Amino acid sequence: MKNVIIISLLGVTAYYLLSAFVSIPFGEDFINGVKDFYLNKSPEDLKVANVVTSIVVNFRGFDTLGEVTVLFLASTALGSILYRRRSSHTALNPQRTAPQASTLVQAGAKVIFPFTVLLGAYVFIHGHLTPGGGFQGGAIIATGFLLMLISYRKFFVEHNVLTWIEALAGTSFVVIGLAGLVYADNHNFLENFLPAGELNDLLSGGIIGIIYIAVGFKVGAEITGILDTLLTIKEAGLDPEEN
Amino acid sequence: MTNIEIILTIISLIVLIVAGFYAVFKKDLIHAVVATSVISLVLSLMFYLLQAPDVALTEAAIGIALSTIIFIITIRNTKRFEDK
Repeated sequence: MKNVIIISLLGVTAYYLLSAFVSIPFGEDFINGVKDFYLNKSPEDLKVANVVTSIVVNFRGFDTLGEVTVLFLASTALGSILYRRRSSHTALNPQRTAPQASTLVQAGAKVIFPFTVLLGAYVFIHGHLTPGGGFQGGAIIATGFLLMLISYRKFFVEHNVLTWIEALAGTSFVVIGLAGLVYADNHNFLENFLPAGELNDLLSGGIIGIIYIAVGFKVGAEITGILDTLLTIKEAGLDPEEN
Repeated sequence: MTNIEIILTIISLIVLIVAGFYAVFKKDLIHAVVATSVISLVLSLMFYLLQAPDVALTEAAIGIALSTIIFIITIRNTKRFEDK
């Protein structure tokens, strides 16, 4: 019965999605001029090789700031909900409920971990040149930390350090935006005030590189903190001390 | 799109549908989560084929690794098998 309901709901959703997609003229410029405005302006004027990045950070930088804020609120909420659960594990005597990983996994994790962090750093430093950016790089770094967290029961991240990284990165994003109010030509929030540089250089695109480094650190620290909190909580009702 | 890309896209779409049905109907939730991870992997390949490498990177990092591990942690702390 439940499966029939699920399938019929999926069928109705698929019908309406299909009927919506059929009405879209794919391949035609149905939003007049917006596509041309972005594609013609970005590479020459902003000196950014990756057009997607220039749209995300330059034209829609305020939007990106909002996304970072949403992630910060989510991680804060998760921490405040799970704080009571993990309070019995003090910093001096942390415990993780998962069983010990095998030696092969531990050795492999130790080898892969620095390269994963390096790849993540590369992705967000070169966000304005190659595909990827702050979110992707931060998530890749968090994946590296996750590998260490599930391989070693004694590997713990320092939550004070994570909090400071988050705070500094978020503040520098806002400070760069406010500096645009003072130093940029048109005095707008998050407007570019640094020299644009040459196309395809590492130091090009003005403030985009700095913002993406800040976003990368912030996202990496936040997701690592979330994963560490989730892995350290006690299993509800399964703890031998409570029973 | 070249012929190889079209063939890859068709294979990806078939794998997507099969993995989606597997994730919905499997009673063992760990298996269902792995199936959703396969969906993310194939979706990431499709995003790359459709010339959206930024989205493909996001899908690879978030969809394959992080959301899968969060689901697995949750399942480990609750119940592994779905009720009838």
